[in-house]
Amino acid sequence: MDILTLSRIQFGATIAFHYIYPPLSIGLGIMLVLMEGAWLKTGNAIYHQMARFWTKVFALTFAIGVATGIVMEFEFGTNWATYSRFVGDVFGSALAAEGIFAFFLESGFLAVLLFGWDKVGRKVHFFSTCMVALGAHFSALWIIVANSWMQTPAGYKLVEHNGVMRAEITDFWKLVFNPSTVDRLCHTVSGAWCTGAFLVVSVSAWYLLKGKHVEFTRKSLKLGLIVALVASLLQAVTGHTSAQSVAKNQPAKLAAFEGLYQTCSNAPLVLAGYVDEKNQKVVGIEVPGLLSFLAHNDFHAEVTGLDKFKPEDRPPVTPSFLFFHGMVGIGFTLIAVAALGFLYFRKGTLHQRRWLLWLLVFSVLGPQIANQLGWFAAEVGRQPWLVYGLMRTPEGLSAAVKANVVLTSLIMFTFIYFLLFAVFIYLLNDKIQHGPHEDDLIPSGKLALPTKN
Amino acid sequence: MHLDLNTIWFILVGVLLTGYAVLDGFDLGIGALHLFANKDEERRVMLNSIGPVWDGNEVWLVTGGGALFAAFPNVYATAFSGFYLALMLLLAALIFRAVAIEFRSKRPERWWRQMWDVSFSIGSLVSALLIGTALGNIAWGVPIDAHGEYAGSFLSLLTPYPLLVGITTVALFMMHGAIYGVLKTEGELHDKLRVWAMRCIIFFVISAVTLTMATLLYVPHMAARVRETPWLFSVALLNMLAIANIPREFHHGRDGRAFLSSCATIITLMALFALNSFPNMIYSLPNPENSLTIYNAASSPKTLEIMLVIAGIGVPVVIAYTVCIYWIFRGKVKLDRMSY
Ligand code: HDD
Ligand code: HEM
Ligand code: HEM
Repeated sequence: MDILTLSRIQFGATIAFHYIYPPLSIGLGIMLVLMEGAWLKTGNAIYHQMARFWTKVFALTFAIGVATGIVMEFEFGTNWATYSRFVGDVFGSALAAEGIFAFFLESGFLAVLLFGWDKVGRKVHFFSTCMVALGAHFSALWIIVANSWMQTPAGYKLVEHNGVMRAEITDFWKLVFNPSTVDRLCHTVSGAWCTGAFLVVSVSAWYLLKGKHVEFTRKSLKLGLIVALVASLLQAVTGHTSAQSVAKNQPAKLAAFEGLYQTCSNAPLVLAGYVDEKNQKVVGIEVPGLLSFLAHNDFHAEVTGLDKFKPEDRPPVTPSFLFFHGMVGIGFTLIAVAALGFLYFRKGTLHQRRWLLWLLVFSVLGPQIANQLGWFAAEVGRQPWLVYGLMRTPEGLSAAVKANVVLTSLIMFTFIYFLLFAVFIYLLNDKIQHGPHEDDLIPSGKLALPTKN
Repeated sequence: MHLDLNTIWFILVGVLLTGYAVLDGFDLGIGALHLFANKDEERRVMLNSIGPVWDGNEVWLVTGGGALFAAFPNVYATAFSGFYLALMLLLAALIFRAVAIEFRSKRPERWWRQMWDVSFSIGSLVSALLIGTALGNIAWGVPIDAHGEYAGSFLSLLTPYPLLVGITTVALFMMHGAIYGVLKTEGELHDKLRVWAMRCIIFFVISAVTLTMATLLYVPHMAARVRETPWLFSVALLNMLAIANIPREFHHGRDGRAFLSSCATIITLMALFALNSFPNMIYSLPNPENSLTIYNAASSPKTLEIMLVIAGIGVPVVIAYTVCIYWIFRGKVKLDRMSY
């Protein structure tokens, strides 16, 4: 294999693996804030027990998130050196800001969140939990800024430096709020909330099936289902605005998402189907006019098809289409699952519906898979560009690196990541089997002191 | 030498990397010494002495990398793609080290704990060695072609001088870590660490002297600036005093001051390195005209300015809460149920 393919596989694989953990850190971070907040407000020890239990799971995901994140930070330089020279002026500042504003905050206050239970008072501990969650959100913000700039570059000019062209900043705020940042940030963050909430729901549903930890389960399930429902609804809304932004800023990507070869008005939305690339059409169930409406708020609006782009400027259609439809399909399924769960929970009959409980147990996979599919759709749909309209993917490679060297590192990462994943699943399962700790019903150390008010 | 934006950023990147060496230095040192502690309880105390802080310490490296990318993208690109395999090994070592800390205590089985003890220890040792070796290569000079690309191979990075810098780094971090360990422990382990610290000090002094001689003899450009500007000799002098002060304080049982001297040693060493490299960031050998400097490798002035604002807002806040967190976790390690 050539160095381009190998580098792409390596980047794709390492980022995909990294992205199993950040959504959990962000989503569980929010859940921890809610649990601990509820404890402070009500004084009910069950909430304290919940916060402690999920803190341990959080620590596990966080550790792997950190370990795999450092790889990403280095990989721009190791594998995409030419790209790094081209974008460093613009892109580097977002990465550096992520370090200063987000990672320090997360990792610093994490110490208090994990180890400070008995060392600091309730309010200080709660504050630390909030800061960890805030840090995780900041890091999403800055990395999405960086990535969105690659999707929809803004606030820069091209300048010659040492005889090569590079992008230089002209307007920092235009760069930060480039046309796709806000939509994509909202969509990614609510995706992360979904991921955290469905994990809580899944574990609680499993305890309910086994009849364990009854009080703990009831409270966890309630909180989890509410957040899951809200987040999955938000997911559809923010997904819709993302799609509108794609339609406006990256029409070739939208056309690939929908397999739309011919530019047309009254364009149909494909609910399910596949792309027949040879005959340049989509086979499946279509709703006429709906794509025009969703993309431009008008059933008769014209939607740009792939025919408007030279073949060498088109993204790979079949993968884009499948990834995108997979994500959307999962999105609507999750809304249904969360709504059903919530409905029966309100009625108080959830524990009798074992099929639904099993569904809830497996629902944890939904957001994870949708997250991956979403990124794959967004990144593959950006092809053949590395920086949209400015630099093609093969142009960004490192000149000093040979294919066999990349193959070596790829094999190394594959091996390490499989090992990490196996250990992660094993330990997660171990934690869940053990369940919440009885001792955690009684706050200890300084936490035991009542707050003054 | 007047203070333009490029120079300021050269200093700031230096500060971040020095912060990393001072803080993560003792984590890596504790890791390198980990296997010498042979009881489970002792190993737990060692791990928990860095438990709350190692992650934050590592962020100095991440942010240093980010700042390098933003301020000197050509250096970032050339060094990272040029040292490809070495960096991949470093990443593997950092990964194993990081997850070992988290995983070790999760199961009671002997083989489980031993496996992660070994990855923690080897990971720390290899990280320190590789970081030092990379620094050594930059001091010695690496082949750079006219396009600013690295023109050597992986093996050409492993020559005696860089390796000597690598070994000195290991010795330095082990000493630093051992003194930190003495501060954080009590009882039997404390006494053991005291003995190890003494040995590490000797190990470090021998390597530091060898390294200084080798530098003066074989890498004269790394002493050029101090030679030209005699008052800078005071930095070298401070460095020697700091090193000499470590065994003195330690001998009198003033461990806190010994630790501060050890920090000062790291800071002055980094300062000497930076002073003598300036304005080069990657010195090119055999063609010095291809060197990457703080001017030809930098971002635009506008970016450097924006980043200065970001650093100006962020860094004081970071330092403030980092100090608070070290304060909360001050004192000797006590194992409790949230410990590793
Ligand atoms: C939407 C969120 C998101 C995305 C798209 C990414 N990350 Fe990430 N990253 C996080 C959200 C996050 C996080 C939630 O902040 C993590 C995960 C777990 C953690 O500890 O922090 C993290 C950790 C993390 C770390 C370790 C920080 C530390 O030591 O504390 C680094 C260096 C990176 N990431 C770098 C990257 C790079 C270079 C990415 C892109 C190529 C990337 N991340 C994608
Ligand atoms: C965490 C979520 C992300 C996922 C799952 C993801 C996924 C992918 C995938 C699958 C590829 C390979 C595409 C292909 O080869 O066709 C890729 C490429 C790439 N992505 Fe992302 N990405 C993510 C985030 C980011 C971010 C945040 C950035 C930049 C800040 C980024 C920058 C790149 C670069 C430089 C490439 C290499 C060029 C290429 O192969 O297309 N990615 N990503
Ligand atoms: C409910 C229907 C959904 C719609 C209409 C939708 C729409 C979209 C669109 C248009 C993009 C591409 C944005 C771009 O390329 O700039 C995208 C990306 C993405 N989606 Fe979805 N999505 C949905 C559900 C979900 C779900 C359930 C998840 C996960 C929980 C998810 C996670 C993601 C992620 C992580 C990305 C990549 C980041 C980004 O580009 O914003 N999506 N989605």
